[in-house]
Amino acid sequence: MSSEAAEVPRFRPREADEDLGVQYEDMEQQNESYIVGMWTFLVTEIMFFGALFLAYLTYRTLYPSVFMAAHYELDVKLGAINTVVLLTSSFSMAIAVWAAQTKNRAIEIGGLIFTMICACAFLVIKGFEWAAKFEHRLVPGPLYAWPPHGYAGPVVPGNETQMFFCLYFAMTGLHALHVIIGLLVMIVLLVLILKDSPLVRYYMPVEMTGLYWHFVDVVWIFLFPLYYLIPSH
Amino acid sequence: MRHHEEEPTASPYVEHAHAHVVPLRVYVIAYIALLVLMGGTVLAYYKHPASTLASNVIALAIAVIKAVIVVLFFMQVRYSTRLTWVWAAIGFIWLIILFSTVTDYISRGWIPIKGWTP
Repeated sequence: MSSEAAEVPRFRPREADEDLGVQYEDMEQQNESYIVGMWTFLVTEIMFFGALFLAYLTYRTLYPSVFMAAHYELDVKLGAINTVVLLTSSFSMAIAVWAAQTKNRAIEIGGLIFTMICACAFLVIKGFEWAAKFEHRLVPGPLYAWPPHGYAGPVVPGNETQMFFCLYFAMTGLHALHVIIGLLVMIVLLVLILKDSPLVRYYMPVEMTGLYWHFVDVVWIFLFPLYYLIPSH
Repeated sequence: MRHHEEEPTASPYVEHAHAHVVPLRVYVIAYIALLVLMGGTVLAYYKHPASTLASNVIALAIAVIKAVIVVLFFMQVRYSTRLTWVWAAIGFIWLIILFSTVTDYISRGWIPIKGWTP
């Protein structure tokens, strides 16, 4: 494929750096542009997730006992399993990026597929959790009912617990949306790699996907203790 | 201007492209550390369920350490250029600015204002 790339007319000789874009001086500059560009996007992500975390902080400070009571309705075990699943997927993604850098195609594909399996597992577990919330009528809206059947915790006003579940669904929902987007990106990436597309010959597309995926992991790292592990009596 | 010292015989491309390959060992250690911290945070939740400042601080401190491990090692910021450091830090600096608006909520009751009931 290198002979094919060399025949493409260029503004300056490309010698051995067949993956160097014409607008870049050298590979270092190109790599930095990729990474800083991706981080710029991630900063915007931090901005809007940050606003939701601020909303969470505000309401938890205003209604601490309500948040303690409502969080008992979340399943710590499922949340913990999901955290491990996501951490593992981040690890396999890092391995896939490493394999892409060292041109180890089999490990790269394997790492991506494993990461996608983890992403699916995360979504399935999340789906079960959400389904239970629908069943127990804990989804904010006209059908919302507090306290749920079998609730043995302290008596707290129902409307404020609804606020807890509003934030819970908004934040975990947005996070799940990010997982789905990551999954779609990985599917595209995998197809391109399997087709030996020149688009993914250089390792950066895999690394960019990795950066995004690790960011999704970081968001969950904070969501897990804030929703599932609220210390209470 | 760009200058070429010698003919690229071996493969300068490989050298360039592999400038920032992080050894696998680092990822494995980071992953194990993350799992240990993960176990620690759940254990702390069951061992110290009382809502004290300490139990909240422990849960969040572990989350922050985990996030730092992911950002530095999985996201390879530790091995990246200075510019990347600035970009990675800037989002979190923004969070500090954002969260400092909480001072508004905290300080509203300090000075009684006519017509405003908390």
